[in-house]
Amino acid sequence: MLLVIPLAIVVVYSFGVRGTDGGYTPAFVLDNYDRLLSRPDPFILSLEIAISGTILCVLVGFPLAYFLATRAGKRKTLLLVLLVIPFWTSFLVRTIAWLIILGPAGLDGFLTNLLGRDVSILGSPWAILLGIVYNYLPLMVFPLYVTLERLDPTLLEASKDLGAARWATFRQITLPIAAPGVITGSILVFIPLMGEYVIPSILGLGKIFLIGNVLQLDFLASRNWPAGSAKAVVLIAIMLISVTFYVWTTTRGRAGRDVSVL
Amino acid sequence: MTARPMRPRVDRWAPVVEGGFRLQAGLVYAFLFLPILVVVVFSFNGTTRYVTDWQGFSLVWYQRALADQTVQAALRNSLVIAFINAILATAFGTMAALALQRVPRRFRIVFDALTFVSIIIPEIVIALATLILFSAFRDWANPWLAFFAGADGRPPKLALGVWSTVAAHVLFNLSLVLLIVRARLSGMDRTLVDASYDLYATPWRTFRQITLPQLLPAIVAGFLLAFTFSFDDYVISSFVAGSTETLPLFVFGQIHQGITPLTNAIAAVMLLVTITILLVGQAVLTRQSRARGERGSTPLGMLEG
Repeated sequence: MLLVIPLAIVVVYSFGVRGTDGGYTPAFVLDNYDRLLSRPDPFILSLEIAISGTILCVLVGFPLAYFLATRAGKRKTLLLVLLVIPFWTSFLVRTIAWLIILGPAGLDGFLTNLLGRDVSILGSPWAILLGIVYNYLPLMVFPLYVTLERLDPTLLEASKDLGAARWATFRQITLPIAAPGVITGSILVFIPLMGEYVIPSILGLGKIFLIGNVLQLDFLASRNWPAGSAKAVVLIAIMLISVTFYVWTTTRGRAGRDVSVL
Repeated sequence: MTARPMRPRVDRWAPVVEGGFRLQAGLVYAFLFLPILVVVVFSFNGTTRYVTDWQGFSLVWYQRALADQTVQAALRNSLVIAFINAILATAFGTMAALALQRVPRRFRIVFDALTFVSIIIPEIVIALATLILFSAFRDWANPWLAFFAGADGRPPKLALGVWSTVAAHVLFNLSLVLLIVRARLSGMDRTLVDASYDLYATPWRTFRQITLPQLLPAIVAGFLLAFTFSFDDYVISSFVAGSTETLPLFVFGQIHQGITPLTNAIAAVMLLVTITILLVGQAVLTRQSRARGERGSTPLGMLEG
């Protein structure tokens, strides 16, 4: 209930018009949606960043989760706790740290000296992707780890004994077993990514606008709540459609019960 | 096609692959901790100008941060908000989990669907939705307050601030606590409760002596996670805190003027608070599960996944 009422109000607001001093005046117009459709750039950019960020998290997270599940041995608990600690410490603090590392006194400055021309990773989509992988990696590693831990090592040995190459074993045994973890992890990463606005506003140096940034501007700066609400409604719709579609396509032919979104 | 003899091949690449796994894991951990290290190290920088211009070890920025009135107020706000939020979210979340155990299945499905939706929605949408809700409520309630308490000419006025931030954080954290407690509940031994009733214990006594001790690890975990979430939260606070300053809001405001060692000192203090809480929580949970003879421990964050 506490959740439904605010969302319902957002939907109502999205049809309204901006009051003279900001805020909201009741009305029923489709202007907000109309204007939004003519300028879909932030949505497209957000989707691109969220999708590539999710893929990067899988690529970086999978080997680590595999290592933790099968090879970490006695240090496993310690390594898992070490993975949790940065995740639960301030998002903001850790992102600011990259500002120093990448900044003119850090990597950017170093590369500029090295290559003899201006390099600025900071303020580019690359910096944002880096921040994303850094902040969201644990969300991908945990579900992967949980599924990979169930991987029975005898299956791998059997596959090897039957003469299967490493790659074939991976494709035919490890991957199908890990699939639910990949799906859960991707959803956990993709959802917050679509609404992300702290990382782009810090590491993008305010030059890159994702939906989150646009929403923040609409609500807190220009105080055009109806326009912001319309964007929020579209964002929720995109989320529902894409996540449902993703779960549906990836779990077809497999027991859907394997995948827990929670 | 002739059948090949099926014998295990000599795996020449095994050492390379094993080494690769180790290397990758090592690099990822370095990647995860490098920024934290950078913040902490540079907070001890004695420089007066640039953050990265190392001028020797010094605590001067910590002194300045703690002496700064704005920082003091922000720290106080953050701690108060986080503490009240953690208490309320834990209480409501636990109650909701216990109540949900008893509702009919059909109703529970509706609830699960809603939980799914609440997880699908990015935090920022929840933040702006609560902002709209609170503003609407404020605009509606203030005239009434003025009407009832208007006698002395100075009616109380609702505004965005500490309380709206607490309320928004509780809304968000409630489902987190709920999930953790529910997970614990579903793994709980129901026969103990039945036995307690058979022995003529009152519901309250059963709750206090059977249910509560079993749920305690989940409740403690929920409380600590809610606290750290709220203490570190920027997104929701930035929408609903109005002109009230919390530590993350203050730090974010600082970035636009460029990072100073002061920012780093405050950030290091924030890290210290969160990490202390996490380690204490982990220690409490580990000791409890050991005392009960359960194997292994659940790192706090895994409960969330």
